[in-house]
Amino acid sequence: MKRRSLLLTLLLAGAFGLCVGPFYWLAMAATQENSDVFSWPPKLLPGGHLMENLQGLQDSIGLTRVLFNTVLVAGVQTAGAVAVSVLAGYAFAKFEFRGRNLFFVLLLSTLVLPDTVMLIPIFEMMMKLGLIDSYQSVILPGLVTPFGIFLMRQALRSMPDELLDAARVDGAGELRVLWRIVIPVNRPVIAALALFVFLGGWNQFVWPLIALRSPDMYTLPVATATLQGLATTNYAQVLLAAAIAAVPVMALFLVLQRQFISGLLAGATKE
Amino acid sequence: MSLAPSEHAPATTTPAGRGTTKQTRRTRPCRRRLLTRTSVPYLLIMPAVLGFAIFKAYPIVASLWISLTTGNGAGRHFTGLGNYQRLLSDPLFWTALKNTALILVVQVPLMLGLALLVALGLNSTKVWLRPLWRLGVFVPSLTGLVAAGVMFSVILNRDAGLLNWVLSLFGIDRVNWLGSPFWARVGVVLVITWHYTGYNAVIYLAGLQGIPQELYEAAKVDGAGPVRRFVSITLPQLRPILLLTVVLSTIGTLQLFDEPYVLTGGGPDNATLTVTMYLYNNGFKYFDFGYASALAYALALIVAVLGFLQVRLMGERK
Repeated sequence: MKRRSLLLTLLLAGAFGLCVGPFYWLAMAATQENSDVFSWPPKLLPGGHLMENLQGLQDSIGLTRVLFNTVLVAGVQTAGAVAVSVLAGYAFAKFEFRGRNLFFVLLLSTLVLPDTVMLIPIFEMMMKLGLIDSYQSVILPGLVTPFGIFLMRQALRSMPDELLDAARVDGAGELRVLWRIVIPVNRPVIAALALFVFLGGWNQFVWPLIALRSPDMYTLPVATATLQGLATTNYAQVLLAAAIAAVPVMALFLVLQRQFISGLLAGATKE
Repeated sequence: MSLAPSEHAPATTTPAGRGTTKQTRRTRPCRRRLLTRTSVPYLLIMPAVLGFAIFKAYPIVASLWISLTTGNGAGRHFTGLGNYQRLLSDPLFWTALKNTALILVVQVPLMLGLALLVALGLNSTKVWLRPLWRLGVFVPSLTGLVAAGVMFSVILNRDAGLLNWVLSLFGIDRVNWLGSPFWARVGVVLVITWHYTGYNAVIYLAGLQGIPQELYEAAKVDGAGPVRRFVSITLPQLRPILLLTVVLSTIGTLQLFDEPYVLTGGGPDNATLTVTMYLYNNGFKYFDFGYASALAYALALIVAVLGFLQVRLMGERK
């Protein structure tokens, strides 16, 4: 019995190492000089060039501006998508209205359709509106997330109706019920959803790559990818950019992991 | 769909017999008439409907229309199925489709099999430090595709990459990961597998924890060994979740873009060119929107057919 558990633990530790190991290497490589990134054997201890690489990134992609763009885009997208999802999810979960099922099915069916189908018309639309290369062009298409609406509906359905009716009987208007009861009671799911959306916004690549033109407007993934395409790529800097893209979401995840995983599971296992 | 119990609640929210004064009663119903139980749901879904119409429904229809045209802007004209005909006789499209299919057939079973193994391990109560391992295997799925792609483009470097160094410790010769058509495909598969296995494992773990323990105990009493219990209890109980992950992974793989874009740029010799990447090239490098839209619709059709088949094959109830 004991031996089997030791073996299993070692196997899982191995899987852990395969998953986390590359990040350790990434963190170390980001602190090296460019020439040391490709030394053999790889440098697995911190080098002393972190500040120098940061400065390099600031000079080449305007790191602070790019970070600001990324935070802004992901943040606004998160706030908007969560608001839209909570409102619609509440309607789908707790109200009867004409066309409810039809619209819900339509909404879910877009989950199955590849996003790429929508790229070109949305691009043309943004061109016509003169929004290419603006924050709006990146943020707007991400505001309606079928997954978010689905998740909120699933979560809100399990809320007892008595709770809502009690508030209504006490004279609370519908908005007040939403604000004072629905949202506070479901804060954990809403937080999980917010994390999902933020993660998606922080990491999104294809659409910003298409919609953004000037380096001033780039988000971190776009800036990182263009940096890598250069002939004289400074790999220490590219890897530092990748590390900067990865670290905040990991930190966020570590802080909120319980909510995050339970939210993920709510979406995966219910229905 | 069941009727929500709230349906049976009074239709208006006039508070019965509470001590409000006449005056507030007279002014407040004006606001309330706008926010009645009938109008509220429509107001609540309005932002979603608007966004859906503009950013989902319209593009889906417009894309179909664009796929039937050639030229751009004012010079755009109807060609019927011309783009689709061109697609069928376009060797690069077939190459991209073949690459995508190859990655799909190899990567999805590999990843989901590994994920199931990891989940079984994580589900065992005999393992020490379970939360730590669970956290660790989930972490890669948090990383953006670009960050992962950039990271692995260096890890997979032939001359000085981390992976070849680790392999050299076992006496294995350097592999030209991103430079040869065969190994480039293997590299892309490796990176995607690294990226998503833990995510699927956590989903499976949730499924495993939802299986009633009594089933296993009853099977043990009946003398079923571990393999038998896995085949007769675990797999059937997990079926809905297995189906979900198979369908989601299929959709994801068919849309593969970011990793090959960053890792190999589609090369070498188009060995890692995917359908979405080819679509991107046609649409946003050559600005051939008609042809790119036809590619998008061909892809959507493939996704729909595969999804349908998977649901039909795996979805039947016990």
